[in-house]
Amino acid sequence: MALDQAAQRWMYERMLESRYFDDAIFAAYFEGKTPVFNMAKGPVPGEMHQSFGQEPCAVGIVAQLGPDDVVGAAHRPHHVAIARGVDLSRMAAELFGKKTGLSGGRGGHMHLYDKSVNFFCSGIIGEGLGPAAGMALARKVQNLPGIAVSYIGEAAANQGAFHEVMNMASLWKLPFICVIEDNKYGVSVPKRLSTAVERSPNRGAAYGCFGEYVEGNDPDKIYAAAATAIARARAGEGPTILELETERLHGHFIGDPAGYRPEAERNAQQDPIPVYRERLLHTQVLDETSATALEAAVKQRVAVAIRFARDSAYPEPAEALDKLYA
Amino acid sequence: MAAPPNANSAGQSDRILTMARAGREAVISEMRKDPKVFVIGEDVGKLGGIFGTAVGVQDEFGFWRAIDTPISETGFIGIACGAAMAGMRPLVELAYVDFFGVCFNQIYNFAAKTHYMSGGQYKMPMTMMIGVGGGYNNAAQHSQTVYGTFAHMPGIKIVVPSNAYDAKGLMHSCIQDDNLTLWMVHKATCGLGWLGAPLKTAMAAVPEADYLIPFGEARVWREGTDVTLVGLGLTVHHCLQAADLLAANGISAEVIDLRSLVPLDRETIFASVSKTGRLVVVDEDYLSFGVTGEIIASISERDPRVWKAPPRRVAYPDVPVPFSRPLEDFCMPDAQKVMAAVKSIMVTQ
Repeated sequence: MALDQAAQRWMYERMLESRYFDDAIFAAYFEGKTPVFNMAKGPVPGEMHQSFGQEPCAVGIVAQLGPDDVVGAAHRPHHVAIARGVDLSRMAAELFGKKTGLSGGRGGHMHLYDKSVNFFCSGIIGEGLGPAAGMALARKVQNLPGIAVSYIGEAAANQGAFHEVMNMASLWKLPFICVIEDNKYGVSVPKRLSTAVERSPNRGAAYGCFGEYVEGNDPDKIYAAAATAIARARAGEGPTILELETERLHGHFIGDPAGYRPEAERNAQQDPIPVYRERLLHTQVLDETSATALEAAVKQRVAVAIRFARDSAYPEPAEALDKLYA
Repeated sequence: MAAPPNANSAGQSDRILTMARAGREAVISEMRKDPKVFVIGEDVGKLGGIFGTAVGVQDEFGFWRAIDTPISETGFIGIACGAAMAGMRPLVELAYVDFFGVCFNQIYNFAAKTHYMSGGQYKMPMTMMIGVGGGYNNAAQHSQTVYGTFAHMPGIKIVVPSNAYDAKGLMHSCIQDDNLTLWMVHKATCGLGWLGAPLKTAMAAVPEADYLIPFGEARVWREGTDVTLVGLGLTVHHCLQAADLLAANGISAEVIDLRSLVPLDRETIFASVSKTGRLVVVDEDYLSFGVTGEIIASISERDPRVWKAPPRRVAYPDVPVPFSRPLEDFCMPDAQKVMAAVKSIMVTQ
């Protein structure tokens, strides 16, 4: 699929939506958590892994997926879910633990599911790969259309599941893409201290599958690389390991000051969203007026979702006992 | 063992089958009815699974309905989970239950929890066929039952058939269920070529037609008035043998076969203990924090006045399964140990 201006506008809009959503959740997260920070307090409790800086990884790929495709995300799922079109209000309500949430408040932010858009998560590192590959297998063996895309972080490529699943996905030529978001840190440990190879797509040689590393945290470059991987998957030519250089602009989760990162390194980090805005202005995909209008509209959409979450009721306590079995 | 009391519900049969054959019959029948059912796991293709429940399946249905996998349990169980979420009905061969150690996360954190965590959006219609148990000198990593480990985790249904009739009916129920189900069979009851002659009492008349045995319904194999013996899988046979021996000593034992571990038929057990006032639970899983304690607690919670004597547990001592024959024999539950437990509470009255 050729990258056109409509796709670029779509990617910018979805990156903004993710960013504004994370901004709003960040603000709400600190309610009830001062002066003493306690993760369990406030309207948005629990661990919160946000996507600041990683938005390009979602939009560059998901922009080219259709309704038959499936997307699996990991513990840092907001940008991927939003790109995929997960209902923003119900997603916000899930983070607030409300009855109107995607799972009625049973899942929380690491376990977002929206079957209507073929989206799921797994909060355990690397362990969503198998289920996503299984969805690819179900499509292949039943001659159904669609591919599966599984998101993991660069440190997850060291999990045994990565090796097992990539071997089988390649052996069986599954319509599957393993997307590795290389934000350079597994919680506090830099990639060079955790991973024996600089780039995990090189591991594709071990499985007989394709691999590509995309530098620059750039939606357009990611889009181009994804186009090739998606075409390969749809043609039955097997899986691709697509590793995307990206930036984690915040700590691992809210409350992690990331003091383990050298200051010079942090100062050098670039926010991809203003960079992309500049490009779209420069190439006249947007002008200042249309960009501002778009930003205001997205901000309003996010505000509506957060309002919906706040206004929604909590589930009845005994609903905790429902939905164990089908 | 007499013919199961409800054998007639699916028609008379003179066919005496092993549990492996009976289970396989259900597998093949469900695969013929529903193209979404497929088998996946190690050695399912040409070998038909290490416990014989998939013999001939690949020949009849082809590779993609009987997928031989690499030795990659985390990977292929994860793949089965995804296929189930996409609407297929995978039958996973895990072979020895001990191997759960290399793929626990997919079972515990993913398959068991996805329906709940997704608020019911994603179903997990997946069945795992698992061989359990010791008694054949295969040592600590190939002899466990670990029923309690799985039963402890909400979101899984678990059946443990003791005989061929139940093996088939419970397999049908597992495959047709929309949840993660575990079909756990004790190796000594299966009728495997590599474990000597099949246990006669585990073979049974099996109707050719399909039939379902519901989850959560224990079976009373033998009625009695003095003591209730509860077992599952192989230990049902220990209980029946002990009941014969006890009868010769003038003690009337009622024998309950759990059949389904989760959900557990607490009602049938309670009704029996209300009558007999005495209970011996016989389990090959480790003694502590397991099935035996759960059953006793559920009766005490409901009405401690039913006890005429303290309940007893005949279970595996809290040690890994030893290799050497005298060491393993010392640890394994058997009819003599059940007898001794019963006698210890008959004299306390």
